[in-house]
Amino acid sequence: MYVRAATWWTIFRIGLEERLVYRADFALGTLMRFLPIITQIFLWAAVFESVGSGRVAGYTYSNMVAYYLLTMMSRAFSSMPGLASGVAAQIRSGEIKKFLVQPVDLIGFMFLNRIAHKLTYYTVAFFPFALVFYLCRGFFDGWPPDVLTAQGWSSLDILLIYISTLLMGFLLGFFLEICIGLIGFWFLEVTSLLFVYMLLNFFLSGHMFPLDMLPEWAATIVDLFPLKYLAYFPAAVLLGQLDPAEIIWGLKVELCWLVTFMILSRLMYSYGVKQYSAYGG
Amino acid sequence: MAIIEIEGLAKSYRVYRKKEGLVASVRGLFRREYRTVEAVRGLDLEVEAGEFVAFLGPNGAGKTTTLKLLSGVINPTLGTARVMGHVPWKRENDYRRRFALVMGQKNQLWWDLPAQESFRLHQQIYRIPADEFQHNFDELADLLGIRDLVQQPVRELSLGERMKMELIAALLHSPEVLFLDEPTIGLDVIAQHNIQQFLKYYQEKRGITILLTSHYMKDVVALCQRVVIIAQGELKYDGSLAGIIDQFSQHKLVTLQLADDQPGRDLSRFGEVVSSDYPRVQLRISRNQVAQAISAMLEACSIDDIAVEDPPLEELIAAFFSKITMDSTSANKMDDSSGVS
Repeated sequence: MYVRAATWWTIFRIGLEERLVYRADFALGTLMRFLPIITQIFLWAAVFESVGSGRVAGYTYSNMVAYYLLTMMSRAFSSMPGLASGVAAQIRSGEIKKFLVQPVDLIGFMFLNRIAHKLTYYTVAFFPFALVFYLCRGFFDGWPPDVLTAQGWSSLDILLIYISTLLMGFLLGFFLEICIGLIGFWFLEVTSLLFVYMLLNFFLSGHMFPLDMLPEWAATIVDLFPLKYLAYFPAAVLLGQLDPAEIIWGLKVELCWLVTFMILSRLMYSYGVKQYSAYGG
Repeated sequence: MAIIEIEGLAKSYRVYRKKEGLVASVRGLFRREYRTVEAVRGLDLEVEAGEFVAFLGPNGAGKTTTLKLLSGVINPTLGTARVMGHVPWKRENDYRRRFALVMGQKNQLWWDLPAQESFRLHQQIYRIPADEFQHNFDELADLLGIRDLVQQPVRELSLGERMKMELIAALLHSPEVLFLDEPTIGLDVIAQHNIQQFLKYYQEKRGITILLTSHYMKDVVALCQRVVIIAQGELKYDGSLAGIIDQFSQHKLVTLQLADDQPGRDLSRFGEVVSSDYPRVQLRISRNQVAQAISAMLEACSIDDIAVEDPPLEELIAAFFSKITMDSTSANKMDDSSGVS
């Protein structure tokens, strides 16, 4: 067990160091992530102004801004830049051989590497995030939401559940993208597939707009996808858009998705390697 | 018992046959034609522990495929292989900790980090005890003379330096069997020589088993006692280097340094004149007539110096390869058409 932990630690540490090589690119990339949110805030300000009434689909302007800030937070956990494309590229270039020849597991390796990647990101992004949330604190007036406190949930309860939705979002995002990358074993080029995924992700995760704005039929479709757990769900939990029963149900469904993709990634890897070693190489 | 036992090993790939032209490309979207490429067809081979074996053969002969099979990167279509008692394509960790594969420049190293970090990672994944790791590392770094470079990001290293780092990464866990695919490709003469010297020393000292593919005859001459020639996926020769010369060269090259000042002297009656750069003349003479021809020449003209050599190995091998290719082209044509599915 100790040996394993030491291996994990080394993989993790090397992932961290690799991330820190391109400091400037990293810092710039981190700052750039804040740009879209500013345009979103202005866009919704214009929408609310033209509508005239204080609410759009049950959201006040403050709610809306708070929602976007929180999806940004969700995505800081669940988005996996370069993961699926990286795995597919390794398959295509033959670099994947390394994981067949050496006694190391591809998925585990990628996982530790990704945690390292994320932690570096949080370190760099902590202050900008803190600053933005501090400046925007006015949009969070009325927190904790009555829906939840009325049921006896304390602020701490809500925060703990929120954090667990973020962590599960990370896991779900990771295994989902690993599965997409592993499709590379069967189709060498997955770029267009990734594009479709990103498009779906953009609309169905709640990254573009709050999912509860959707009409009934569309909401049903969205509910069938796991994508809403990547952006919408954590934000909705914290803002009290869902009642406690809905939150618990959502957590259960998310857990099912997570286990499904974990198992799927293992199966895909094992069949993919067979496929690769039977035809390619 | 042999450390590597290969029996009837065969590997065929299915490759998409892309036709030329737009119409054919569009048709290819709906109906794909596949062609079966038989990379290795029924290879039998045994290698004893401590042997240093060279795989020679033209490009596409199946050398690399064989190394991939033995290192478990790919599964065979037919046949069996055991390396140290393990079936490679089961990819058991027990096996993976006992061999190493170095495949050209497709690196095991982290591009953006100093090589030292990749070595640390290998220490962990191969579970090398700290003292053994340090000992191995010191030995390898000193032999290859790259101690100062291990702190430098790999991307900043030259090709030769990177290759040395690759070798270190592959040898840190003291593999008993090492597969080397073109370890000196693209390197300058000095780096090539360094790596040869290193491999020779290391193999003798540790007594490990090495299978090497290379297109540089110098590598082979310097390193391998045994040569296996593969072409069209089949074994064509298995024996010593000297054996190749005996078997395929019927001639010797005799170089004369003439002392008298009579150009235009006709030497062609002694053998075929290869080059004549007076007073230096090179002749190709049948093996069994060399002695006779030399004494005749010594009598006929005054000679300052004389050298008798085997023809360059490259030439022999090239002639051998082209002979094999010629022999089997006719047979191959039939194979090819029946391979379309």
